[in-house]
Amino acid sequence: MLSDKAKSEIQQLKARYPHPNSALLPALALAQKEHGWLSPEVLEEVAEVMGLSPAQVGSVASFYTMFNRRPVGKYLVQVCTNVACSLLGAEHIVEHLKRKLGINVGETTPDGLFTLLEVECLGSCGTAPVMQVNDTYYENLTAEKIDQILAELRRR
Amino acid sequence: MAEPVLLRNVGVPDSHKIEVYMQRGGYQALRKALKEFQPAALVDLVKRSGLRGRGGAGFPAGVKWSFLPKGVYPRYLVCNADEGEPGTFKDRVLIEHDPHGLIEGIIISCYACEVNTAFIYIRGEYEFGARRLEQAVQEAYARGFLGKNILGSGFNLDLIVHRGAGAYICGEETGMLTSLEGDRGHPKLKPPFPASEGLYRKPTVINNVETLFNVPFIVERGAEWYTSMGTEKSPGLKLFCISGHVNKPGVYELPLATPLRTLIYDYAGGPLEGKPIKAIIPGGSSTPMITPEHLDVPLDYESLAAIGTMLGSGAVVVIGEGTCIVRTVERLAEFYRHESCGKCIPCREGTDWLYKILHRIEHGGGREEDLPLMLDICNNIGGKSFCPLGDAALGPVRSSIAHFREEYLQHIREKRCPFQD
Ligand SMILES: Cc1cc2nc3c(=O)[nH]c(=O)nc-3n(C[C@H](O)[C@H](O)[C@H](O)COP(=O)(O)O)c2cc1C
Ligand code: SF4
Ligand code: FES
Repeated sequence: MLSDKAKSEIQQLKARYPHPNSALLPALALAQKEHGWLSPEVLEEVAEVMGLSPAQVGSVASFYTMFNRRPVGKYLVQVCTNVACSLLGAEHIVEHLKRKLGINVGETTPDGLFTLLEVECLGSCGTAPVMQVNDTYYENLTAEKIDQILAELRRR
Repeated sequence: MAEPVLLRNVGVPDSHKIEVYMQRGGYQALRKALKEFQPAALVDLVKRSGLRGRGGAGFPAGVKWSFLPKGVYPRYLVCNADEGEPGTFKDRVLIEHDPHGLIEGIIISCYACEVNTAFIYIRGEYEFGARRLEQAVQEAYARGFLGKNILGSGFNLDLIVHRGAGAYICGEETGMLTSLEGDRGHPKLKPPFPASEGLYRKPTVINNVETLFNVPFIVERGAEWYTSMGTEKSPGLKLFCISGHVNKPGVYELPLATPLRTLIYDYAGGPLEGKPIKAIIPGGSSTPMITPEHLDVPLDYESLAAIGTMLGSGAVVVIGEGTCIVRTVERLAEFYRHESCGKCIPCREGTDWLYKILHRIEHGGGREEDLPLMLDICNNIGGKSFCPLGDAALGPVRSSIAHFREEYLQHIREKRCPFQD
């Protein structure tokens, strides 16, 4: 469940804004950081701290693609397949990852380490093709580079 | 190539730290603004510079500021750092390499607009940039550039870095405000415009990162310096992001009205592998694509409008020969379908149909009547959607049918994509 520390951080966030409701997105991000995803129970707790109805919080959470409403792997691998990346072979990058991880887009490896997703433009088109793993961007991708990155993440 | 202005700190070691920024002349424009200008005089200066919004629409910044209703407080300023238009990555470069440049621009703009609370709405994916900004904001508070009685001027300002969570529509200004209020990012009907009724229903200034970033330079060097570059209607400097099939993709700073050819050949190193250019998306994914016959078009708002497209965010995507246009447009249609917020029917349904039709053409199931059908759907979205996202979805579809009709027909006739082996 939501830690006391997270709860008090959400209270601080509420005080930071002219209107406390503005703290909802940062509060959800905080909860997700702690739990990896936003389960109905976590959403309810966030609603309570925010003083909002669970329905309202659930509806907001479902609007934004970065809020996971299902469990995801330890590493969320998000490959940009939008125009600039696609022109430079994003499809091959996705195919390579699918083969290496043995999963399809939208799936998680059985060991719970990796979830693979295709995403929209990451704002890194000048260094395409690009993927984001959790908070980190990996740019100018090639098959060899991906093998190194996966090996390194597995070692961690 | 001229000495860079906007990009002057990019590539300098530790350029994101306040000591380095100040050693290089940072926060001098703020001192000057607070000492030598009354707020109204600053609004006038920015008006005279002709600086236009760099987020896509190109509305003159000073004019927008002068729309704030007199005597209504509090007022807010929201810096749009949502940067979601595919092909665009200039704001990220400024934020990561020169966060204090942006902060200084925000402080001066807030002083001009008599704002005491400002926000930077940064897209959620830019975790690294958001952290850089947070650190820079802390540094600026510690030096007295933010907070109470800034540099003894009596002016107060709080600045909050607010992270989005993945939704392109939150780049649209009213969607951004509803999101910042803690809601789903749904656009609102205009009027009322945010300048009169925005965040928390108070007067609100919304400007793009690059727009605000220009302001300290205009304060330091004057409106005449700014209007000495570009054209009368499109003055000043612009950041161009170039990507796709070129040798040196990246962000380049050029005076407006620089020919497209100069950007592609002199700056971006020409087409990748010397492949001929097939098409160019000149200003972000929603701007109608053009063909190489227009390589000499000057990159300014009016010249691009004259050939039926837009300067947009300054994101140039170069598409080389050998690329399937239908596939490219299908991918863009998928983007708009995904990002349609679903609030109004023409956009929600229309973007879905466009994607499905393009998908079936690309995969061998296209029909003769699909092209007129798509144009008809475009007409039913265009001008009939609640916010400009609906219209944005049409640029690639209409322009590709206009320039590459034969390629579509070949897909349909041969019942396959001719670019797949
Ligand atoms: C669908 C849509 C997405 C937009 N995305 C952005 C964006 O990511 N960044 C931005 O600065 N402006 C974006 N805009 C434009 C904003 O609505 C607004 O015009 C701009 O932030 C105003 O700042 P400016 O005048 O300094 O350009 C978008 C507009 C639409 C319709
Ligand atoms: S045009 Fe599209 S994005 Fe805009 S309000 Fe309608 S459904 Fe939402
Ligand atoms: S298209 Fe992939 S980062 Fe922009």
